[in-house]
Amino acid sequence: MDKARVDQIIDKHECEASSLIQVLLDIQSENHWLPKEALERVAERLQVPLTRIQHIATFYKAFSLVPKGRHKVHVCMGTACHVRGAQRVLDTVQDLTGIKPGETDLDLKFSLETVNCLGCCSLGPVAEIDGKTHGKMAPAEMAKVLKNYE
Amino acid sequence: MSEIILKIDGREVAAREGMTVLEAAQKAGISIPTLCHHEKLEPYGGCRLCTVEAEIRGRTQLVASCLYPVEKNLVVRTRSEKVDRIRKMILELLLAHAPDAFELQDLAQEYGADKDRFEKEPSFCLHCGLCVRYCAEVKKKYAIGFVDRGTKREISFIPEIASNECWNCKECFPLCPTEALQAAFVLTKAFAFPSPSLEPAPAE
Repeated sequence: MDKARVDQIIDKHECEASSLIQVLLDIQSENHWLPKEALERVAERLQVPLTRIQHIATFYKAFSLVPKGRHKVHVCMGTACHVRGAQRVLDTVQDLTGIKPGETDLDLKFSLETVNCLGCCSLGPVAEIDGKTHGKMAPAEMAKVLKNYE
Repeated sequence: MSEIILKIDGREVAAREGMTVLEAAQKAGISIPTLCHHEKLEPYGGCRLCTVEAEIRGRTQLVASCLYPVEKNLVVRTRSEKVDRIRKMILELLLAHAPDAFELQDLAQEYGADKDRFEKEPSFCLHCGLCVRYCAEVKKKYAIGFVDRGTKREISFIPEIASNECWNCKECFPLCPTEALQAAFVLTKAFAFPSPSLEPAPAE
């Protein structure tokens, strides 16, 4: 993400220090993570200390300080999914992608995350990839679904 | 300035409006234990060790005295059985994180806290925020801040700022009740400071 684009986002929020979280959210949603250079630029323009930005960026789960993959995989580990074998689904994803929850693979293809409930327990075990819900997952199903992502 | 008369541990104490209970007590020579309080800094209310019983209009509540403003007819008890029990618990929980902190050990002796009550989980930082707030409020350098949240919260230097500002300051070091701050600084220095002398010499 280049500096000009960061400046554009900051200008959109009128360079207001109180819009810090909105600015960070905009950068996050466009770039999928918050690079250090972008945060330094935000600190400089909004006149907010970098320590505070760092505190906020690590506080909320919506922000990431490390690069994220092109596809975000969320595997539900809630109670209903758990009793229907979510752990085995998660194991499959881990085996196929080679990453653990919270990690991103080297070619930035997948980021894996576990969630505690997606709110559709009757579909369990559930996995969500890039916002699309995949219900009634079994290890073999999951492998098939993952193959569709490039 | 209007004077406010309140009662602390049975003694009549005069205080100015806007003072906190802790300040009024200290002025009257009544000691209340604190960890996160520093006279140059804004009240924080992080450690809760200064908890006292405050009674107003017959209702008693537990408040952090470093934040609670003085009030007319307020009756404060700084050493009731309940308060002592709370302080003992706070100390025991903190001791699980920093068993060797001198300040905690002294207080533990006074309140009969057992440092082995809870399983040790040495993180050393008590999250008093003294270093973070001193750097921000007094020095205005913002070289150190908190990161993450909840049980994973910790202090973290910004290497670029710290490498410029901390060398001849280090005023936060003596404030730390443990030595977590010094350790964090050494780690930051070793891992993240830009150090030209250690870079490999350019190939001939």
